Amino acid sequence: MARISLRHVEKTFASRHGKVTALADINLDIVDQEFITIVGASGCGKSTLLNLLAGFDTATSGELTVDGVPIDGPGPDRGVMFQQAALFPWLSVADNIAFGLRLRANRHKASPEIIVERMLKRTGLLASRSRRPAELSGGMRQRVAIASVLAINPSILLMDEPFGALDTLTRSIMQEFLLEIWEEERKTALFVTHDIDEAIYLADRTVVMTARPGRVREIISVDLPRPRRYDVRSEKCFIALRDYVTGIVREEAIRGAADT
Amino acid sequence: MGLFAPPVQYAASPVALLAVWQACVQIGFVRRHVLPAPTDVAFVWFDLITGATDAAARYSGTWFDHAAASIWRVFAGFAWGVALGTLAGLLIGLSRFIERVFDPTIQVVRNIPVTAWVPLSLVFFGIGNAPAVFLIGLGTFFPAAVNTTHGVRQVNATLTKAARMMGANERELLVRVILPAALPSIMTGMRLSMGIAWVLVVVAEILAVRSGLGYLLNDAYLFYRNDVVIAAMLSIGMLGFISDRIVVLVRNHLLEWNRLETFSGQN
Repeated sequence: MARISLRHVEKTFASRHGKVTALADINLDIVDQEFITIVGASGCGKSTLLNLLAGFDTATSGELTVDGVPIDGPGPDRGVMFQQAALFPWLSVADNIAFGLRLRANRHKASPEIIVERMLKRTGLLASRSRRPAELSGGMRQRVAIASVLAINPSILLMDEPFGALDTLTRSIMQEFLLEIWEEERKTALFVTHDIDEAIYLADRTVVMTARPGRVREIISVDLPRPRRYDVRSEKCFIALRDYVTGIVREEAIRGAADT
Repeated sequence: MGLFAPPVQYAASPVALLAVWQACVQIGFVRRHVLPAPTDVAFVWFDLITGATDAAARYSGTWFDHAAASIWRVFAGFAWGVALGTLAGLLIGLSRFIERVFDPTIQVVRNIPVTAWVPLSLVFFGIGNAPAVFLIGLGTFFPAAVNTTHGVRQVNATLTKAARMMGANERELLVRVILPAALPSIMTGMRLSMGIAWVLVVVAEILAVRSGLGYLLNDAYLFYRNDVVIAAMLSIGMLGFISDRIVVLVRNHLLEWNRLETFSGQN
């Protein structure tokens, strides 16, 4: 059974030039422990889709369910990573990771201190535990963001271009790191990106979206063996997939640019 | 720029100002009765505080009583004005509904200079501490409210989203995210309020009470004691400065993180 299910999801925004349809008739099923990436040209509504799943926004029509239950607002069952790491600048790294654990909604049996310690170790942040976010590099900030989301142990991970602002090298290291963690935890993951390489490297299935209004253009299975190393990118089947996805995304980007 | 050690940099302009002032009086550029020299003021100020030399005549040794009266009024007015202002600012910042209901009133009343409230406050409260504390509270309410609203509205939406995602309820969102994130603006409001409080205490003491440094200043003026007037002025300036430092110290203590996030000036 699908863990996350989207049926005829539509989202329109009111703008100065009238109604804008961001998403039109999105249908998608994500099974348990699956890693889905969503790729598309900018403005195709992929972040809007993620916002709907996170519960930050509501669909104009259609149905979004998690384990059969309609989504009603954000909650700790769905951990979200943002493009800009959502770190509280007044809290140290350790306190940022503990943030969700100190809320009343936290149902963990273990004490926050023990979980924080474990997360610091896993994300390689032990030495930076008392530093403030402003003292960290972009990659480290996203590490803290991953740690604070994993600390609340959500069963679903929603990621909105979390590595989009990082340099190429740091980005590829973070991608590998994310996969490493995902291999261990096997959370259901949905990752939005405009980076085709990234979309293929991470995914079990890649959803390619059309230009605005965003629809599902094609769902591509990525049958590369796991665990994947960064050098899987130079293998023939990876390159073939990339060329194929690039072709579709380009087509949509050009069509989108022509429409607007 | 670092031509001299920091203590020298700090002392340079006040020392220069005092030297020019002393020289102007010494060479007879201005008459001593109109503008007493710094040394005359220092002498009178000393007697004002200690009552040792009788240089300040009828004001000799009265400094602590006046200063205490002013300080009490400033802090009483500041306390209620800033407390209510911050609360109002929070509510308006959090809710567009509350903003629509209260903001027009606040914007109109805010634009009435607080000094214009002096006659009515005397009619309401009579002569004494009450009108002074009322005026100071009224004057400090608005900067606190406006800056708090601004601070709440400026909170990064990603942070509130993240907190909600992790399961924060309304109270946790307010206490753990919005308040700390708005604190830099709230502290700016407090600092402005503290400045205004010292302006208003002088206004109130000239018009509405018979004690305090503002009263001393006005009374000495009526008796042509410009040396006492200047000593009172400097006392007010000094106490205002110390109050401001206290607010800044509290702010720096609470907002150490903010210094890392912002430009904060070059050395």
